[in-house]
Amino acid sequence: MTKVTLEVNGKKFSKEVPDHTLLSVFLRDNLNLTGTHVGCDTSQCGACVVHVNGKSIKSCSTLAADIEGSKVTTIEGLAKDGRLHPMQAAFKKTHGLQCGYCTPGMVMSAVDLLQTKKNPSDQEIREWLEGNICRCTGYQNIVAAVKEAATKM
Amino acid sequence: MASLVGSRVERKEDTRFLQGKGRYTADINIANQTYAVFVRSPHARAKIKSVDTSKALKSSGVVGVLTGKEIAEDKIGGLIAGWAIRSEDGSEMKVPANPPLAKDVANFVGEPIAVVFAETLDEAKEGAEKVKVDYKVLKAVVDPAEAMKSEAIHDGVDKNLCYDWLLGDRKAVDEAFAKADKIIKVDLINNRLVPNAMEPRACVVDYNTASEEITLYTTSQNPHLSRLVMSAFGGVAPENKLRVVAPDVGGGFGSKINVYNEEIVCSWASKKIERPIKWVAERTESFLTDTHGRDHVTHAELAVSNDGKFLGFKNETIANLGAYARVFGTVTPTYLFGPCATGVYVIPAAYSNVKAVYTNTAPVDAYRGAGRPEATYTIERLVEKAAMELGMDKTEIRMKNFPTQFPFKQTLVHTVDSGDYVAGLEKAKQMADYAGFEARRKKSEANGKLRGIGVSSYFEACGIAPSAAVMSLGCGVGLWESAEVRFNPTGQISVFTGAHSHGQSHDTTFAQIAADELGVPMENIDVVHGDTDKGTFGMGTYGSRSLTVGGIAIVNACKKIVAKGKRVAAKMLEVNEDEIEFKDGEFVALKSNKKKTIGEVAFACYLPGQRDEMKSPIPEGDEPGLIESSFFDPANFSFPAGSHICEVEIDPDTGNVKVEKYTAVDDFGRIVNPMIVEGQVHGGIAQGIGQALHENTQYDETGQLMTASYMDYTMPRADNFPEFNLGFTCTHATSNPLGVKGCGEAGAIASPPTVMNAVIDALGGQEISMPATAEKVWKACKTMKKSNAKAA
Repeated sequence: MTKVTLEVNGKKFSKEVPDHTLLSVFLRDNLNLTGTHVGCDTSQCGACVVHVNGKSIKSCSTLAADIEGSKVTTIEGLAKDGRLHPMQAAFKKTHGLQCGYCTPGMVMSAVDLLQTKKNPSDQEIREWLEGNICRCTGYQNIVAAVKEAATKM
Repeated sequence: MASLVGSRVERKEDTRFLQGKGRYTADINIANQTYAVFVRSPHARAKIKSVDTSKALKSSGVVGVLTGKEIAEDKIGGLIAGWAIRSEDGSEMKVPANPPLAKDVANFVGEPIAVVFAETLDEAKEGAEKVKVDYKVLKAVVDPAEAMKSEAIHDGVDKNLCYDWLLGDRKAVDEAFAKADKIIKVDLINNRLVPNAMEPRACVVDYNTASEEITLYTTSQNPHLSRLVMSAFGGVAPENKLRVVAPDVGGGFGSKINVYNEEIVCSWASKKIERPIKWVAERTESFLTDTHGRDHVTHAELAVSNDGKFLGFKNETIANLGAYARVFGTVTPTYLFGPCATGVYVIPAAYSNVKAVYTNTAPVDAYRGAGRPEATYTIERLVEKAAMELGMDKTEIRMKNFPTQFPFKQTLVHTVDSGDYVAGLEKAKQMADYAGFEARRKKSEANGKLRGIGVSSYFEACGIAPSAAVMSLGCGVGLWESAEVRFNPTGQISVFTGAHSHGQSHDTTFAQIAADELGVPMENIDVVHGDTDKGTFGMGTYGSRSLTVGGIAIVNACKKIVAKGKRVAAKMLEVNEDEIEFKDGEFVALKSNKKKTIGEVAFACYLPGQRDEMKSPIPEGDEPGLIESSFFDPANFSFPAGSHICEVEIDPDTGNVKVEKYTAVDDFGRIVNPMIVEGQVHGGIAQGIGQALHENTQYDETGQLMTASYMDYTMPRADNFPEFNLGFTCTHATSNPLGVKGCGEAGAIASPPTVMNAVIDALGGQEISMPATAEKVWKACKTMKKSNAKAA
C-alpha cells in the first residue's frame, strides 16, 4: 500500500491505496469522480483523459503514486461557478456528443489543444484528437465544437 | 406558439454528460458489493473434462465460485434466439442450447465457464487464475465458407447449418436470366465487425433478501426485453421480482440488445451468495464476447438488358452466426437482409438464398443497420459494375431503374409507402459536383494519384416493426412501443417511453414532440426511460424504431391527455365539449373565448370533490387524474432512402486511400431535430467508412481472435474523415401521424458501397474486398500498373 496525496479539482486528498492503483481507478473508486471513464485499458481510446499539472494525460495508464503531489483536473472540475467551461458549452452548441461516454476525455483533450495552440486548423484538430475514439459522432461536430470554443477561449 | 418539432434544439442531456455527471452502469457502487471475474475458455472448441474450484475458493478474499454445474442444477435457462426462421424445405431452424456458463463444451474463445466473486477486483482476478479447467481441445470450425463441410460443432445440427432459407421465386429468376443480354456477377465478403460501443458492457446486481427482489443495473438497449428473457427463459426471478435498470448507456449499435451470460449469471448468483455483485468488462472481454456484426460470404448476380434495364436478381449468401443463435442473430441475415437486397430498383424477378452456419466464433447479431448494409452492399456493387460493363453513367443506370410511383410494391416483401429517389440522386449529384469529377480526376492524375468516384442509392426498412408482420415471419414478440404521459397536479410532465436512449437524444426529441402536442414549454417535460420499475413495458431501441414507433406512442398518449382535457375544460367553462378548441396549451370556448390553460385543467383533474363554490370538474364517466398511456403498433415499416456520393484519392506508392469528399442526401420524412439527425448521419457514415477502409475482425485458423484490442482492431479516428456534406429531401411517411422515418442506421447502410465503389473506380474497375487497407490497395495498384504496361 502507498499513501498518495493529490490536489484534485482544487481540493487536497490523501488515500492509502495499493501500489499498482491507476490514476483512473484512484479517481473513480477512491474519490468517486466517475466522470473519468475507462474504455479500453490499453491507452488507446482516451475516455480517461484528465489534466495533470495542466497537461492532458491518459489516466488509465498512469500510476497514481507516480504523480504524487500533482494537481489534477478532471471533467468535474472544468465548470466554474455553475457555468460551463467554453469547451463544454461549445460541445453542447454544436452537438459534439451523443452517448456521452467518450465526452469527458474528448473535452479534456480538446481544452489542452487550445492551451497549446490558439486557433488550430481542422486538420490540426483531427490530428490532436487521434488519441480519443468516438463511436457515435463521426467526429464532425467535435471538430466544430473545438473551432467554436477557439473563438471563446 | 412556434413548433418545436423541426427546430435545432440543444440537448437536455448534454449538461450532465459534459460535466461528468452521466451515470453509467460502471459508475454504480452498492454497499458491501463483491466483484465478479469470469473464467473464460481460452480455446475456440473444447470439451470441458472437469472444473476444479477448490484452490480458488481458498484464495484470499474469494466469496464464492460458481460453474456451469451449479447453474444447471438450479435450472437457470440459457440465452435465446428471438426469431424462428424456417428453411426453404419447410423445416425448422436448428438452435443449440446456449447455457449461461458452459458445462460440457466451450464453443468460442471467451465463452464463460465459471465465475469468481471476491471482496476486491484484484482478489477476484487472483481467484479466477486459480480455477483449474481441464479441456480436451477439439478442431475448431472458423471459416463460414467451410462450415458446412466441417465436423458438426453442436449435437443435432447437421453440417453446422441453422437454416437454408429462401425468399423469392427461383423459377421466375431463371426465366428473367434466360432473357438477359448480360449477367453481372460479384463475389463479396461482408467483413466481420465488432460494434465497439465506447462503454464496455457491465452489470451491477443487488438482491434484496427481504423483498426477494433482484435489481439489475446493466448496459442494455432494452431493459424490459432483458427482464422478459431473464424471467421467462432464464427463470432467474418472476418478472415482478426483477427490476432491470439501464441507466446512461455509452452506445449500443446493436451489441447491447442481447441478454448476456454475465447478466444472467450475476443476477442468479447475487441471490445465491446474498451479496451485491459488480462486473465490468475489460475491452478485450468486449471484443471476445459482445455480439459481432455482418460476416457474410455472398455470390450475387444481376440480369440486365443492353440498355441498362434490370431484369432479375439472385443472391446466394452464407451468413456466419458464430457459436450460438442470439436475439436478432437469425433474422438479421434473412428478413432484415433479403427483402432489401433488390435495393431501390424495379427488378421484376428476384430471390435471396441464405445459409446460416455455426462456427466457433463469438455470436453474430445485429450491428447498426443489421442486414440492410449487407443487402445494400450487394446490390450497389452489382449496379455499379453493371454501369461499368455496359459503359453507362453510374447515376443514369440508377435513375433508369428507380420506381416512379409510390406506394412502390417491391418484388420481394415490402410496399414502400413514400419516396422520391430521383430527387435524392439529382440533389446528391449537384451537391457533390458530380459533373466536375473528370476535371478533379485529371488533376489528381497529374499529381501521380488515382481518383475515383462512387455512388450508392439505398433504401431500408426500419422502424421495427409492425407486430403482425414480424410475428408471421417468426419473431417471438410483438414490436410495438409504449408511452405514458403523466401530467402532475402542479403542471410538470413526465413522459415515460419504452424506447431507450444510448446516444439517440430522446430526452430532447421526445420532449420536443410532447411539448408541441401539449402546448407547454419543453422545460416542463422530463423524459423517463430505462427502468422497468418506471413506466410501461417497452421493447427498447434498435432498428431505427424509437421515433417511428416509440415517438408515435408519445403523440397518441398526448392526444388522449388533450381529449380528456377537453372534456374537463368543457365542464369547467360550462359549454359542450365540441365547443372547445385546444390550441397552444389552452382550451378555448369558441363562443365566449373564455379559456383554461392545460395546467389549470390538469390541476382540476386532481380535484374531483366539491367544496364551497368549487365544483368537481370531472365529467360523469371520467376518472380523476391526468395520466394516459398508449401502445403504438405501426401499420408498416418506415422506408428512409437516399443517395450518397464519395470521392477518394489513392496514393499508388503507399496504397493509402483518402476520402476526399463525401456527400449524403437522405429522405427521413419529417425531421424532428435537424441537428440531432445530422449527428446520426455523421456517425453512421463514419461507421460505414470504418467498415469499408479500416475495420476487420480476424480469427486465426484455431479460432483465436487476433483483433481483440484497440492495438489490433482499427477503430476509425478523427483524422480518417473529411467533413461530410449532408443534404435532405422529404417525403412524409404515411404509416405514422408525424410522417417520420428512421435515421439512425442509414449512414452505416449507404456508406460502405459508396466508398468501395469509389475505390474500385479509382482502381479502374479492379475488384477489392473490404476493408480496402493500404496493403490491399497497394497490391491492386501494382497489378493495375502491370496490366496498363501490357496494354501499352
